[in-house]
Amino acid sequence: MDAIIFPGSGPLWLSLQLAAVTTLVLILIGTPLAWWLAQTKTRWKSAIEATVALPIVLPPTVMGFYLLILLGPYGAIGRWWVELTGNTLTFSFSGLVIASCLYSLPFAVQPLQNAFEALGRRDLEAAWTLGASRLDAFFTVAVPQSARGFLNAIVLAFAHTLGEFGVVLMVGGNIPGKTQVISIAIYDQVESMNYASAHRLSAILLAFAFTALLAMYVINHGWQRR
Amino acid sequence: MNATVDLHYVFRRTEFSLDVDLQIPMQGITGIFGESGSGKTTLLRCIAGLEQPTTGQFSIDGDVWQDTSNKMSRAIHERQIGYVFQEPRLFGHLNVRKNLEYGWRRRRDSKDGVDFDQIVGLLDLAPLIDRRPDELSGGEAQRVAIARALLRAPRLVLMDEPLASLDRARKDEILPFLDRLHTELSLPILYVSHNIDEVCRLCDHLVVMDRGRVLAAGEIQSVLVDLDLPLLGGNEAGSVISGTVEDYDANYDLTRLKFSGGALLVPGRYGDVNTALRLRIRANDVSLCRSRPNDSSILNIIPITVDEIHLGQGPYALVRLQAGQDFLMARLTRRSCDELRLKPGDELFAQIKSAAVRSPVTTTAHSPL
Repeated sequence: MDAIIFPGSGPLWLSLQLAAVTTLVLILIGTPLAWWLAQTKTRWKSAIEATVALPIVLPPTVMGFYLLILLGPYGAIGRWWVELTGNTLTFSFSGLVIASCLYSLPFAVQPLQNAFEALGRRDLEAAWTLGASRLDAFFTVAVPQSARGFLNAIVLAFAHTLGEFGVVLMVGGNIPGKTQVISIAIYDQVESMNYASAHRLSAILLAFAFTALLAMYVINHGWQRR
Repeated sequence: MNATVDLHYVFRRTEFSLDVDLQIPMQGITGIFGESGSGKTTLLRCIAGLEQPTTGQFSIDGDVWQDTSNKMSRAIHERQIGYVFQEPRLFGHLNVRKNLEYGWRRRRDSKDGVDFDQIVGLLDLAPLIDRRPDELSGGEAQRVAIARALLRAPRLVLMDEPLASLDRARKDEILPFLDRLHTELSLPILYVSHNIDEVCRLCDHLVVMDRGRVLAAGEIQSVLVDLDLPLLGGNEAGSVISGTVEDYDANYDLTRLKFSGGALLVPGRYGDVNTALRLRIRANDVSLCRSRPNDSSILNIIPITVDEIHLGQGPYALVRLQAGQDFLMARLTRRSCDELRLKPGDELFAQIKSAAVRSPVTTTAHSPL
């Protein structure tokens, strides 16, 4: 039972790892995507925004089903992965990371895009005329001024990944120590009528989700007052 | 050959077009004056690289920054310009010192002749250096923005109505600092404004723009007295003359100023003998008499020759007067012109009611004489 809660191999540890890796990947991919969406005037903007937002409304099982097909050994991405690494993507940690990144994409991109849009061009123009290249101005003016957007993106992407169930179950299954994340472990414990353990795990998730959101709102309000 | 900024820009958008060909001296302040929508800001933004002209060439002292015929255009951050926007645009996440250092650290090479402490002192920023931008007043923030642009070691400073968003008191707080830039730094400045008072006070050269075209360009003294410029007529008409201090009367607190057309008394003290000063005299403050009045309260009565008369549509006429090598403008009613039977070549006396002095030391607003 201890392995469920304590770090090392249990589902909580696996969930934290998955959320951390997914958040990192999403910040790396989501930042340029959000920046581009905030600046672009392409007529495809709405279509791309709708695609990014899809995971918010799509039933996780639907998304999980398509991902299972796509990432499976006969799917477009899965086949390529097998050729490249010799392993299958489905029912593996790497597969979970890819699925989680797509599932949590809007939770990272939207706060960043909002922050970049609020920033506008004014300060960037000032930075350029002061001798900063586009990239330099992005890192020294846009990023620090969008700190709130980054905080929101990190908290939301992390918390959302930590709590995912349907997509993980479809793509990763329920392999203890490999793909059994905390939300699936809870389901498992309830199925086997092990309510005490389910309570413990649920309480941890509840406490974490509330604390993370509380911290985010407190910091946001603090910034607003400045 | 004197160093110049040479530019030619054609800029077309659906609702606006600009076509400008200018040669600007590399010294002093050049005012770019015109109504809003005349293309002043677009011109500055083209120079900075913030807008791409349809076609254009730009060179500064022989260095080409843009030439669309060769598809050549320097990136914004590689043009050594200092841009002062209408709003300060200070970076909110950095304190004043870090804002000032932003451009300073990125200047082309450290041999560029800007001294951090000199600029901080020039704009009196030492007391503000550790503040955050949101702890500054509008005037203080704009002073920081000006210093930040200068510390970037620019070869050309572009100022886009830097005082327009400030109230009267804040403007008066900043103007003396701009005077100091002018006298203490030898940087060419392009100063965009739609306020003729500011332009007359600060600028040595003047470009008048209207609907994307240049109407006139040259030394401010000669452009101001060009009777064909509709924008400079009306209430704001006037002229700028240069002179030197001749003596100071401590008893009455009056300074006698010598200029090519005679001497003028101005209230207050403006430095030692031979200090160069500039005076702005509004056409509304000048009246004419056929004979020298002996019983007038007005101190300054100087002989002039009528040079040209411009009759307007309304009740007023604008008359250009020559006094020595300098020109004055008088705004009279058309009826007065007729009653005095004014014609070019007439020799009369001008009574000057007040003048605004621009001095490297002190400045005052319009003072009655």
